[in-house]
Amino acid sequence: MAIEDDVLVIGGGLAGATAALAAADRDVCVRLVTFKQSTLRHASGLIDVLGYASGVNGPLVDPFDAIADLPDSHPYRRVGEETIRDALAFFDRIAGPAYEGGHTDTNALVPTHGGTVKPTARYPASTAAGLASDPRDMLLVGFETLADFDAPLAAAHLDAAGVPFEARGVTLSFPGIRRDDAKITRYSNLLDREETVETGTGSATAREALAEAIRPHLADESRVGFPAILGDEHADEVRADLAAAIGADVFEVPMGPPSLPGMRLDDLLYAALEDASVRVTAGVPVIDYQTNGTGADRIDRVIVDRNGTEIPHRAEQYVLATGGLVGKGIRSDRSVESGSRDDDVRTDGVEPADAGGSAATERSGVVFEPIFDCYVPHAPDRYDWFVDDAFGEHPYARFGLPADRELRPLDADDEPEFENLRAAGAVLGGYDYAAEKSGAGVSLATGYAAGRRAGDEVGYRP
Amino acid sequence: MSDAERPTDDHVPGSDDFEPIQVFPEAEDMDLRPGADNCYKCSTCDTNCPVAEVDDEFPGPKFQGPEQWRLKRQEDHDIDSSVMKCSNCMRCDGACPSEVPLSQMHNAARGEYVDEHMDTFSREYVRNRILANYRRLAPLGAAFPRTANFVMGLSVTKWMGEKLLGITGEREFPEFATQTFREWWAERGGAQVRNENKRIAYFHGCYSNYNTPQVAKALVRVYERFGYEIMVPEQSCSGTPMFANGMLDDARRAAETNVRELGAAIEDGADVIASCSSCSMSLRQEYPELFDFDDTETVAENTWDAIEYLRVHEDLEAALEGTSVDGERYAYHAPCHSRNQGLDGQTVELMALIDGVDAEDVGDSCSGISGTYGWKAENYETSMKIGEEMFEHMDAADATTGLTECPTCSMQMEHGTGYEITHTLEVLEDALVGTKE
Ligand SMILES: Cc1cc2nc3c(=O)[nH]c(=O)nc-3n(C[C@H](O)[C@H](O)[C@H](O)COP(=O)(O)OP(=O)(O)OC[C@H]3O[C@@H](n4cnc5c(N)ncnc54)[C@H](O)[C@@H]3O)c2cc1C
Ligand code: SF4
Ligand code: SF4
Repeated sequence: MAIEDDVLVIGGGLAGATAALAAADRDVCVRLVTFKQSTLRHASGLIDVLGYASGVNGPLVDPFDAIADLPDSHPYRRVGEETIRDALAFFDRIAGPAYEGGHTDTNALVPTHGGTVKPTARYPASTAAGLASDPRDMLLVGFETLADFDAPLAAAHLDAAGVPFEARGVTLSFPGIRRDDAKITRYSNLLDREETVETGTGSATAREALAEAIRPHLADESRVGFPAILGDEHADEVRADLAAAIGADVFEVPMGPPSLPGMRLDDLLYAALEDASVRVTAGVPVIDYQTNGTGADRIDRVIVDRNGTEIPHRAEQYVLATGGLVGKGIRSDRSVESGSRDDDVRTDGVEPADAGGSAATERSGVVFEPIFDCYVPHAPDRYDWFVDDAFGEHPYARFGLPADRELRPLDADDEPEFENLRAAGAVLGGYDYAAEKSGAGVSLATGYAAGRRAGDEVGYRP
Repeated sequence: MSDAERPTDDHVPGSDDFEPIQVFPEAEDMDLRPGADNCYKCSTCDTNCPVAEVDDEFPGPKFQGPEQWRLKRQEDHDIDSSVMKCSNCMRCDGACPSEVPLSQMHNAARGEYVDEHMDTFSREYVRNRILANYRRLAPLGAAFPRTANFVMGLSVTKWMGEKLLGITGEREFPEFATQTFREWWAERGGAQVRNENKRIAYFHGCYSNYNTPQVAKALVRVYERFGYEIMVPEQSCSGTPMFANGMLDDARRAAETNVRELGAAIEDGADVIASCSSCSMSLRQEYPELFDFDDTETVAENTWDAIEYLRVHEDLEAALEGTSVDGERYAYHAPCHSRNQGLDGQTVELMALIDGVDAEDVGDSCSGISGTYGWKAENYETSMKIGEEMFEHMDAADATTGLTECPTCSMQMEHGTGYEITHTLEVLEDALVGTKE
C-alpha cells in the first residue's frame, strides 16, 4: 500500500504552498510533502513581480508592461500575463488584510533596511505606512543590539535617494534585551507576549517601555519605522498599541534573513493549507520515484524517506516545487563520480570525468535535479557557471528546469519528461530573481498555474 | 561574489554515502566539519529554537553547532557550558535549509562537555544521571507502585528533590501503574495471534511499560485486530534522555542491547514498531548518527511509528471509515519528535475519519518540557514559558481532552492546562476494537 492522494506537491515554499492551494480549489485530495523550511523564512515577505528589466533604466513602474519583452523561455512567458494576474488575485484572496498593493498594477516603492527603495507588487500591511511615495516625514528607529539596521545611515541613504520627505534616524537600546546577538524571535516574543521588562525607572510591559523610550526622540514626524521585529502572532496588535502610545503611525522596514515578515507569510500560507484540508507532511524528503512499468513516462509513486524508512506515496498528478540552488531543489556536484547519482544520468554532454584527478575532474561539474533527474541545461565546465564580476550576469543564477507552457519539465529534446509532472518556483530555470526582483512573483504565478492544471487533470488518463 | 553565493557541492538526502560517526571511544576525534561548512549563517535555525525565543542567555543552535565546531578547530576552544541549556527538541534540524546536522552536533558537544568539564560528584551530574536513567529506577517504583506513588507525592520528597538534587518541586511525579505492561503481557500468555507473514517487534519503551500500560495494550489490541503476531523482545531505554544529558556511555550501553535484540527480531521476520515518538526518532535517526553496531542501520531502516506502519501496510483509512466512538473533542499537540519525522499531520487526518471524534491541532509550538529538561529546577521557568503558547491554544480549543504521542509532552499538557491526556492509539483502539479501558 502507498499513502494515496490525487495531487502530490513536493516542496513547501511559496511555489509549493500556492500550487497545493490552487489544486485544492478544484476539490481534489491534495498532499504537500516538504523537507526543510523554505526560503520564504529568509525572504523579505515582499511579493515582487518584476522590479527591473534588462534594457530599462531604473525600477519598472508597471511590471506588466515589461513582460512581453522577456525571453520566451522566461517562466512568465511560459504561463502568460493573464495567469500572472489570476495568481496575484488568488494570493490577494488568501492574504486578505495582511497584504496591500492590489489596488493598482504599479509597483510600490518600499524602503529597505539598507536605505534603498525597492519596487514591489504586494507588501505586508505592516510596511504600508512606510512607502517612499508618501510625502510624510519619517523617524527611523534602530537598536544598539541589532546590528543589521543602522537607522541614521538608512535615513541618510533615503535622503540621498531623493525621497519626497525628510528621514531621520536614531539608535536606542531595546528595553529588556541585553545580548548583542539576541535572536529576532526574542524581540518579537517580548512584544507579542507583553513581557515585563526593566527600564531605567522601574518595570513596564515591553510595548509600553518601547514607546516610552521613543517618545523623547520624536520631533514632528507622523510616522515611525522599526526593523521588522514587531511581534509575530499578535503583530497587528503590537503595531496598533505602539502607534497609540507614540502618537504616530508605526511601520516595519523589511530586513535581511532571518525575516519575521517572511515567517508570518509562511504561517499565513500554512493556515490556509489547513483550512483547505491539504494534508501536509513536513520534515522529510522525497528521494526517488517509480513508474508503473506500462507507461515509463508516467510517474506512479514517489518515495519519501522518513529517517531511514522508505514510504511510498502515490498520486495521479505531481508538482515539483523544491526550490533552486538555495532551496536545494537543484544541486551541483564536482563530477559524476563524487556524486551519489546513478551512473546512467544524462549530463548534458559532459563526459563523466575520470577518477584520476586530472584537470578535467577539477573543472567539470554537474548541475542536476535530484529526485526525478530532470534535465538541467548547464555548461560542462564549472568555471563557466559564474563570471568574475560579482554583479555580473551569472549563468548559475538562471540554472533550473526548462518547461513547456503547461510547466511540464522538458528533456534535452524538448519533450516532456513525464506526462503527470509539473514544476513551479525556483526549480524552474530561465530567470534571475535577484537581478529582476521577480522571486516571489514567479513562485506565485507558476505555483498557481501548475497546481490549477494538476487539479484539473485528476481523473484524466490518456 | 562571496562563497555563500557560489553553487556548492552537497549531500543528497537519502543517498547511501552517509558515514555514521563513531563517537566512541574518542568523542573528541569526531569530525563534523563537513556539516559545519554547509552553514551559510542564515540564522533560520535560531529563529526556530524555542529556548532562544524565551531565554536571552541562550546563544542558540547556530552557535552550539557550526560556530562552536569552527571555534574548536581553530583555537583550541572548550565546549561552552550553554550547550546544557539546549533541550534536544531537534527543531533546529528541521529548520536548516542547508541540511546542517545540528542536533547531531549538539549531542556530540554535550557528550564532550559532560565528559571533560562536569565533575562526576557534582549535584548536577548526579541529578542528570538519575533523570537520564529513569529506566533503572522505574522497576523499583513499579515493584511497590502504591508505596512509590505515595512517597513521590509527599511534599517532603519534593522538597528533598528540589534541595538535594535540583529536580523541580513544581511537578507531579508520574504515577506508576499497579501492573507493568510486561507483567500483563506475560500473564495473558504473550501473543494471541500467530502469523508468519505479519510480525512486529514492539518497542514499548520505559514509559508505557511502567506508567501507561494502557497505551501499550491499545497497541497490542489494534495490531492483533489487523492479524499481526506481536513479539515483545528484551529492551532497554531508547537513549533519548541520555543523549539530552550528554550521558553517551549510558546511551551506548542501552543502544547496544536494543540493536542486538531488535536486530534478532528483524532476523525473525519482524518490523520494529514504537508507540512513543522520541523512541522511534532515537532508533531511526540518533542511533545511525552516533553508533555503528552491526545492525544499527538495519534497525533504523526497519523501525516504524505505530500508526504510520498501519497506514502503509494496511488500509487504515478504510478500516476507520464508518467507525464511531462516543463523542469526544480533543486538543492535539504534535510532539517535536513526530514533527521531525514528518508525522505531525497524521493524527488529525485519521481522527477526522472516526464518527464522533473531533481533533483540533493546537499549533506548532513546542510543549517546552523536552523529556528531562523541564524537570530540572533551573529550567522549570523556561520550560513553562515555552509551553505558554501551547497552553493558551489548548485553553482556547473547543475540547475536553488532550491528545499526543509523547509521554513527557502529555505531562506538560496536563501540568499546564489541567486537561486529561490520551494517546492516539487509545482512540484507535476504541474505534477499531471497542475495548478501550
Ligand atoms: C535571502 C532571500 C531574500 C529574498 N527576498 C525576496 C524579496 O524581497 N522579494 C521576492 O519577491 N523574493 C525574494 N526572495 C526570493 C523568493 O523568496 C524565492 O524565489 C521563492 O520563495 C522561492 O520559492 P520556492 O517555493 O520556489 O522555493 P523554496 O522556498 O526554496 O522552497 C523549496 C522547498 O522545497 C523543499 N524541498 C527541497 N527538496 C525537497 C525534497 N527532495 N523533498 C521534499 N521537499 C524538498 C525545501 O526544503 C523547501 O522547503 C528571496 C530569497 C532569499 C533566499
Ligand atoms: S535542539 Fe531545540 S533547544 Fe536545542 S538548539 Fe536546537 S532548537 Fe534549540
Ligand atoms: S539554519 Fe543552517 S545554514 Fe542557517 S545558520 Fe543555522 S545551521 Fe547555518
